Amino acid sequence: MRLLAALSGGVDSAVAAALAVEAGHDVTAVHLALSSAPATLRTGSRGCCSKEDARDAGRVADVLGVPYYVWDLAERFRSDVVDDFVAEYAAGRTPNPCLRCNEKIKFTAVLDRARALGFDAVVTGHHARLADGVLRRSVDAGKDQSYVLAVLTPEQLAGTVLPLGELTKAQVREQAAARGLGVADKPDSHDVCFIADGDTAGFLRQRLGAQPGPVVDALTGTVVGRHDGAYAFTVGQRRGLALTAPAPDGRPRYVLGLEPVTSTVTVGPREALEVIEVRADRARELAPLAFPLTCAVQLQAHGRAHPCTVVADGDGWRIGLAAPVTRPAAGQAAVLYAGDRVLASATTRG
Amino acid sequence: MLPEAVETVTAAVTAALSAAGNASSLHTAGRSARRVVEESRERLAAAVGARPSEVVFTGSGTESDNLAVKGIWWSRHDADPRRTRILASAVEHHAVLDAAQWLADHEGASVEWLEVDDQGRVHPDVLREAVERDPSDVALVSVMWANNEVGTVQPVRRLADVCREFDVPFHSDAVQAVGQLPVDVAASGVDALTLTGHKLGGPLGVGALVLGRDVACTPLLHGGGQERDLRSGTLDTPAVAGLAVAASLAVERQPELHARLSGLRDELVRRVQELVPGAVLNGVPVPSADRLPGNAHFSFPDCEGDSLLLLLDARDVEVSTGSACSAGVARPSHVLLAMGADEDRARSSLRFSLGHTSTAADVDALVEALPAVVERARRAVLR
Repeated sequence: MRLLAALSGGVDSAVAAALAVEAGHDVTAVHLALSSAPATLRTGSRGCCSKEDARDAGRVADVLGVPYYVWDLAERFRSDVVDDFVAEYAAGRTPNPCLRCNEKIKFTAVLDRARALGFDAVVTGHHARLADGVLRRSVDAGKDQSYVLAVLTPEQLAGTVLPLGELTKAQVREQAAARGLGVADKPDSHDVCFIADGDTAGFLRQRLGAQPGPVVDALTGTVVGRHDGAYAFTVGQRRGLALTAPAPDGRPRYVLGLEPVTSTVTVGPREALEVIEVRADRARELAPLAFPLTCAVQLQAHGRAHPCTVVADGDGWRIGLAAPVTRPAAGQAAVLYAGDRVLASATTRG
Repeated sequence: MLPEAVETVTAAVTAALSAAGNASSLHTAGRSARRVVEESRERLAAAVGARPSEVVFTGSGTESDNLAVKGIWWSRHDADPRRTRILASAVEHHAVLDAAQWLADHEGASVEWLEVDDQGRVHPDVLREAVERDPSDVALVSVMWANNEVGTVQPVRRLADVCREFDVPFHSDAVQAVGQLPVDVAASGVDALTLTGHKLGGPLGVGALVLGRDVACTPLLHGGGQERDLRSGTLDTPAVAGLAVAASLAVERQPELHARLSGLRDELVRRVQELVPGAVLNGVPVPSADRLPGNAHFSFPDCEGDSLLLLLDARDVEVSTGSACSAGVARPSHVLLAMGADEDRARSSLRFSLGHTSTAADVDALVEALPAVVERARRAVLR
């Protein structure tokens, strides 16, 4: 096959590209320039946009002996991922930008362009297994990324090659070292790649401005604190609330809800977060499903899967949990699994 | 590299390694190295119509441009602090653009970018008008001999005449011109001229600034003062020798090369315009003496240069989309923007360069591949 390998400059995509070359495919590498200011040499928190990453990606292509190009997708990334991220927070939801980037950039903009240029598929270093249109968890449960790939359509998955699903992260690093790839011991990326210092609240404050409002106790209805912007909070959050009055029962309080119009943050006890039903909209099925469906649902990127029964509801689902779960923030993905197989995804209503 | 330059460099490297000669040393080995350097200086000077004492060897064309722009600005400004103004064309290479901008950002210079017409040419009247606004505050003028992207040849003699009239030093980056066009420093009237080895079939990592003997210039690199007390640093003797041999051969063969390349290029342009609907030639229409002979530069509307590059590369046709930032992101060409193109057109552009190894078969291969490549690239534009 003619494959386009997306090289981030990290170890996973490097090994994925190497495996594609060794499997006999005709591989061309691209590095996606996603930052509108790529001339930043970043240390510490590394993302997908620094000069160092571009150089590392280019070196990997050199070692593999494949053509290498840089594609400037900064404008697309800004409008489809960064602006969306900000707008979602402004609306009181908690988006997952990696998922959005997969959906809009890597497997839409890049895949569409690759196909138009004559490539059969895009190769990435995601940790997940994909064969015959069936997406499964990686063998490395700790590194599994099937959750952030679950938004892809069958058509997108048909143009995707994921060579790393059968490898653990440790094995990926060994494979990189064995091939003399300099990125073998490069640290994993964390956090949101376009927020270099990890200060999401500060990033949002810069774009949305201060929107001060009250922190209200859900049980008593009294104002128990003030905040500079509801967007700095996520449902389920406990830290950083700076409450002025202790709870009557003296127990910790958690964010229960965000009301962007009045800029109100409601807080309350942990039990108030527990739900036995979650609703989700805009469902996407990897294969046709029959409801009611007994399966498991994962509600956040690093969460576990909870046994559930799903019924169809409009363009989404009502997910009945076998045991109470912590209510997910609105805007997260609810991904259904049968064992390690991904069935479908939808967006939580919160 | 020209085969003759390879031979010269190889012989000089062998000699240098066995004798470890440093051209600035006084012992025997040093004397022989110095002899190589001085002979090279004479040879290079003769090739470009300069005096040997006017040749300053440097590490690159970029260094020569920086030395000319910064060095002449510093000297002129020291002699008279009112002289702060730099007049440079908007289509200069980054080595001139960024050096001038640096002086503006750090040393109190003011830079005026001389406007070009839609073919990329600086009109002498534009220069005259800019100088006349206040001749006493102009530190220097810098206009390249020929543009590296779109190939437009500047009216250097007439621009130099304007500078001479107002007694303002004139620098010209002739990196693209030497070996492609007739370049005679004395006849051109330029005060400083940049050239580099690898653009004329010589080695990488060596350049020269031809600097008039009366032109005051402050050094960038301080130390042993090896080159006329203007440029310090031990010279790479083999590279200097290779540059001089390549330059003299390139100049000797220039008329023949010009005739052959411009013939191939005109054919390429004609066929591309015939076979690719919408292709627009940027720069001076051909045939013309005002365009570098091996240069063809097109915009292919509704395409991205990046896609064209990838597709042509896969067919072993090497082309260039212009400059990229340090992370490798292609930037819309400042040259095309200065010529009045919008960003989309600038991003849809591609340069085809023909050189001394190019053949009619290369042109055939390109012309055969191009229509399908452009068609495919049009489909790959992100919506």
